Amino acid sequence: MNEVPQTPRTIPDRLESPFRSALKSWEALLIVVAVAIFIANSFASPYFLNPWSLSDATFNFTEKAIIALAMAMVIISGEIDLSVASIIALASTAMGFALQFGVDTPTLVAIGLFVGLACGAFNGALVAGFGLPSIVVTIGTMSLFRGISYLVLGDQAFRGYPSDFAWFGQGYVWWVISFELVLFLVLAGLFYVLLHRTNFGRTVFAIGNNPVAAQFSGIRVARIKFMLFLLTGLMSGIAAILLTARLGSTRPSIASGWELEIVTMVVLGGVAILGGSGSIAGVVIAAFIMGLVTFGLGLLNVPGIVMSIFIGLMLITVIALPIVAGKLRQQTSGAK
Amino acid sequence: MKPGTLLRHRELILVFAIVVLVALIALRFPAFILPRNLIRVFDDTAILAMLALGQMLVILTRCIDLSMAANLALCGMVVAMLNAAFPDIPIPLLIVAGMGLGAALGAANGLLVWKLDMPSIVVTLGTMTIFRGAIFLLAGGQWINAHQMSDSFKALPRNVFLELPVSTWITVAVIGLFALLMGRTPLGRAFYAVGVNPTASVYTGIDVGRTRFFAFTIAGMVSGLAGYLWVARYAVAYVDIAGGFELSIIAACVIGGVSIAGGIGTVAGAVLGALFLGVVNNALPVINVSPFAQMAISGAVIVIAVIFNARNERKRGRIILKKAEAEARA
Repeated sequence: MNEVPQTPRTIPDRLESPFRSALKSWEALLIVVAVAIFIANSFASPYFLNPWSLSDATFNFTEKAIIALAMAMVIISGEIDLSVASIIALASTAMGFALQFGVDTPTLVAIGLFVGLACGAFNGALVAGFGLPSIVVTIGTMSLFRGISYLVLGDQAFRGYPSDFAWFGQGYVWWVISFELVLFLVLAGLFYVLLHRTNFGRTVFAIGNNPVAAQFSGIRVARIKFMLFLLTGLMSGIAAILLTARLGSTRPSIASGWELEIVTMVVLGGVAILGGSGSIAGVVIAAFIMGLVTFGLGLLNVPGIVMSIFIGLMLITVIALPIVAGKLRQQTSGAK
Repeated sequence: MKPGTLLRHRELILVFAIVVLVALIALRFPAFILPRNLIRVFDDTAILAMLALGQMLVILTRCIDLSMAANLALCGMVVAMLNAAFPDIPIPLLIVAGMGLGAALGAANGLLVWKLDMPSIVVTLGTMTIFRGAIFLLAGGQWINAHQMSDSFKALPRNVFLELPVSTWITVAVIGLFALLMGRTPLGRAFYAVGVNPTASVYTGIDVGRTRFFAFTIAGMVSGLAGYLWVARYAVAYVDIAGGFELSIIAACVIGGVSIAGGIGTVAGAVLGALFLGVVNNALPVINVSPFAQMAISGAVIVIAVIFNARNERKRGRIILKKAEAEARA
């Protein structure tokens, strides 16, 4: 266990071509999986290959995927936010509460975004300001945020959202292309630029790889972490608006269990759970994979709880396979 | 201050907090501190306390087990189905079967963490959903209700032996065994060693992966035992029993001063953390707080406990960096 590997080090004559390294990447593997699932689905059910049912399939995952984009950045920075689903509950409750005073749609949206930001700021202040472990902090705020929803609503529900508000969750931009899907793709583009093409994104990777080294190279670690939690809160606020508009009602149990599905999506997308590596492209493909799996199984009348077995198995296998392959490769090369 | 005295200090604070809390409630509702009620509160916390001890082992080794509640539910369902199908199987045998199954499920987590070096949070996130799904497949979505269980199955935890219910005695025994394990066996010391410094543990001859494997297996065994107690106590088994309980277990550990970074935590702390949550949850209906407030209050308690814990821990770890920063500025 503590021996230093004695393999001779070689310097390649030329670097691998970008095309070949892309073929070997995690994203390529995910695309293969996605295509395989797509083909399997179209053979398994005659109702699958229909623009409208494919469009329906996207509603199942876009809200989660929007949060997963921000969650990916939080996890890359070495933290985690388990309170996202509870932020949805609290933001949705706040919107429903405001609705009782007859506010209009723009105000509802503003309230949803504001509550999301406020919850994110609370998490961020505890994690970055006090230097607390995010997994425990967000387990606490997870109970706290949803608890406030239960306190306000009890066993009641808020209903009667205006019809122009419902458009956010049910509307179509063009033909079968829903507003939710367009918003997700636009946000995915923005997050891609933010994470992979900006200074900010580089610092997120740096923090995830070594927060102490990042601190000493002049990165304001605490401030960046605070902003990441703020961003996750904002995305949860957006998801709350979409979900509330789609369901047309608010119950305190709204979106329960989503935090784990979102983390699963991010990990499946190739983001290292311990931080430091990952890509937005992977998360986007993983979101489509999870959407296709649950929708395909749904068409075959598989109950949701059984689908979760598939998701759980997929998560473990997808993470375990490269590790097993790596160990086998090490063994065979050691035998030579 | 040595870490040891600091820890003892923290447990004293917890005891003090629990006593103050109970006293405050008793001021308005004297019936709360009748011995009969205090026994009931402890018995109500028994399952949480033993699960917190199992979770503590896992957290000590720098891992986390999110699958404990699902493990509990699966073992509870299997035990209940066995009892419904074969009412003649003696209850102690059923308990052993539940613990065996729980240990096997925990060992599956442990093997993935040990042999494949997978992060425990990913493994247990996956097995958590798999265990829940397995319950659905096993029972076909059906509930096992009270009338399907034999009377002795339901009665065992509530039977009174020497003034205390049997489930309380079981918990006391589990706490005693954990105290022995942690304080008197090489394995118990290895849990701490692995958490404090995994690299140094390797050099002292401790197999880090194997130690983690044992932590997960023991946590699973405790979940199996808790599965029987839960199902027998509430006389019902279905897919969602103890849903979300995994987070209460972690919360009890955190309140009890178990450091999520590993290596720090005591048996007394974990039990007191569970007891604190138990007292809070039992007190709310007594002082006429809406049951819907329970979640928000436990959330606030967890957040406060985390801040409090970190203030104590910070004294030891963070100063080095601050000093370097101060020197760099000077």
